[in-house]
Amino acid sequence: MPDKPDRNAIEVVKVSKIFGSGEGQVAALDTVSVSIRENEFFTLLGPSGCGKTTLLRLIAGFDFPTAGEILLYGQDIAPLPPFKRPVNTVFQSYALFPHMTVADNIGFGLEMLGKPKAQIKARVAEMLKLVKMEALAGRRTSQISGGQQQRVALARALAPQPKVLLLDEPLSALDYKLRKEMQIELKRLQHETGITFIFVTHDQEEALTMSDRIAVMSSGKILQVGSPWDIYDKPAERFVADFIGETNFLTAAISGVGNGKARATLKSGTTIDATVAEGFQPKDNATVVVRPEHAKLTKAKGDLAGLVENIVYFGTDTHIHVRLDSGEAFTVRQQNSRSAGCGFEQGDKVGISIGNDAAQVLKD
Amino acid sequence: MATAEEVAKAAERRDVRDRWLLSAPALLVIFLAATGPLLIVLVYSFLTPGPYGDVKWQFSPEAWLSVFMERDIFDDTLSVAAAHVTIFLRSIKLAVVTTLATLALGFPTAYFMATRSEKTRDLWLFLITIPFWTNLLIRTFAVLQIIRNEGIINAILLKLGIVSAPVQILYTDTAILIGMAYVYLPLMVLPIYASMEKLDFRLVEAGYDLYATRFKVLRKIIFPLVKPGVIAGSILVFIPALGAYVTPSVLGGGKNMMLSNLIELQFGQGRNWPLGSALSIAVMIIVMVALLAYVRNAGKSGVRHG
Repeated sequence: MPDKPDRNAIEVVKVSKIFGSGEGQVAALDTVSVSIRENEFFTLLGPSGCGKTTLLRLIAGFDFPTAGEILLYGQDIAPLPPFKRPVNTVFQSYALFPHMTVADNIGFGLEMLGKPKAQIKARVAEMLKLVKMEALAGRRTSQISGGQQQRVALARALAPQPKVLLLDEPLSALDYKLRKEMQIELKRLQHETGITFIFVTHDQEEALTMSDRIAVMSSGKILQVGSPWDIYDKPAERFVADFIGETNFLTAAISGVGNGKARATLKSGTTIDATVAEGFQPKDNATVVVRPEHAKLTKAKGDLAGLVENIVYFGTDTHIHVRLDSGEAFTVRQQNSRSAGCGFEQGDKVGISIGNDAAQVLKD
Repeated sequence: MATAEEVAKAAERRDVRDRWLLSAPALLVIFLAATGPLLIVLVYSFLTPGPYGDVKWQFSPEAWLSVFMERDIFDDTLSVAAAHVTIFLRSIKLAVVTTLATLALGFPTAYFMATRSEKTRDLWLFLITIPFWTNLLIRTFAVLQIIRNEGIINAILLKLGIVSAPVQILYTDTAILIGMAYVYLPLMVLPIYASMEKLDFRLVEAGYDLYATRFKVLRKIIFPLVKPGVIAGSILVFIPALGAYVTPSVLGGGKNMMLSNLIELQFGQGRNWPLGSALSIAVMIIVMVALLAYVRNAGKSGVRHG
């Protein structure tokens, strides 16, 4: 991973946003604080209604926070109207101006900033090249495809060289293949322009593949901020573990907590090593999570024992659903090979061995 | 056996015939109501006036000459009819100013309505249409009550000591303008509102995001996108304003003649039906030319939708 300077581009300090008043009021954001570093690809991830778009709109200036500060390189921008913030947005609907050409759309921001004509022209040409849309510069935005509109929206937002680029689920309207292409394209653009990207999505796969860091949000709060690896392998809370990828939840007794590690005694009686989420308060029964690909199914006795309930073939791998003797459900993901089947059948009595460094103790 | 192609063709012919049959009654009414009287007016404009009104069936270009010219009674020389030109210009000016005034008042109103919540929008729409419930004459007399020397406006001005004697508003061009702007305002608001309601307000946000100030967003984004509504509203106001009769008669006091008064005069006291007919058609031609020029001009830099 390249070295990221430690300067913060955006600091959100104890921001709350309440919509409505009296009985009908809804807290879309509840005292949220987060710092976004310069030049990073930062993702706000969460289900719809979690407040991620609200936070983006507060940074863009379309809404104003009920409480708290939003700092852009140390300066509070929360009271400024959107046209006074050096921040641009790529809208979910693209919001391209239908009465202008592709080139005029891209040049709009610079024109509004009062840049000289020649400079605008050069910058628009540069942007068209960056998003590979040179051939369609003179087209109306209604005459180009969804993927092309997406590129124009990106070029339009990047043209004024904003300090931060905000992207509000920009890929959600594209089909699967185009979305994959645009994910790579976005990473390339971020790398080439060196602009801080704040990306909003509800798609965990998109978040994992593209981001430098992810903030997982739920019900107006940020639950965990970390690298994709942190978020996936060291979830702090049940919501995070459940929302991102598939996982197994096991109840265990925790002992010997220290140095971020602990011993977890599972219901089967086996004790395994586990990492512990920050902020874990020692208690009798904690939840331990194990990703399906970090466990192995054996015919011999393992850390856990149970019966095979169901086998689901996925092409690259097979998911084997096991009912443990303790009554809990457990899924194991096994890589497929061409020559042999998965080696198990429904109703088989099996053991499950959990790899070293596979278990994480949640704080809730 | 008929081939599939023949069957399809026959069905299509039947379909076309049925459509014509179904629309025939409406077309007939439109033809008789619009074209019939117009043809009569056109024919009359080329005839000779009868002594007690009516027409004599004798061809004469005199009426058309009289639209902008007048013949000297003694030596039969032609000169420009200054009175007619003045009336034409005054009417056109008043119609243009009325259109601009309703646009200036109607655009913000339509914007206000379109930015309300869905439920309140219907209420505002309802309020805008209320004036249509009463007769035009009654509405005009209501305006008269407000602006006359003993009316509300002058009473307030006198009471506050802003003026020492009542301001003469009634029976001036200002009075006609106030009355016309009031009467035609809904015709401007409704089409602009219809365009504005379809406007994607995310585009407005995008404009703000791209450093456009409120005024620039209005000029560069909102206005171009609701232009079809502005054009429609202007047409709806300009045409009836040019030919307005009741409002100028009541509020103008008949002192400053408008086109409609002039035309009415020819069919009444003037007993010159051919001239009245020629004037009517002249007005129509002016409207058509003005509209063509306006629409073409607006269309050039305008929006292509869809």
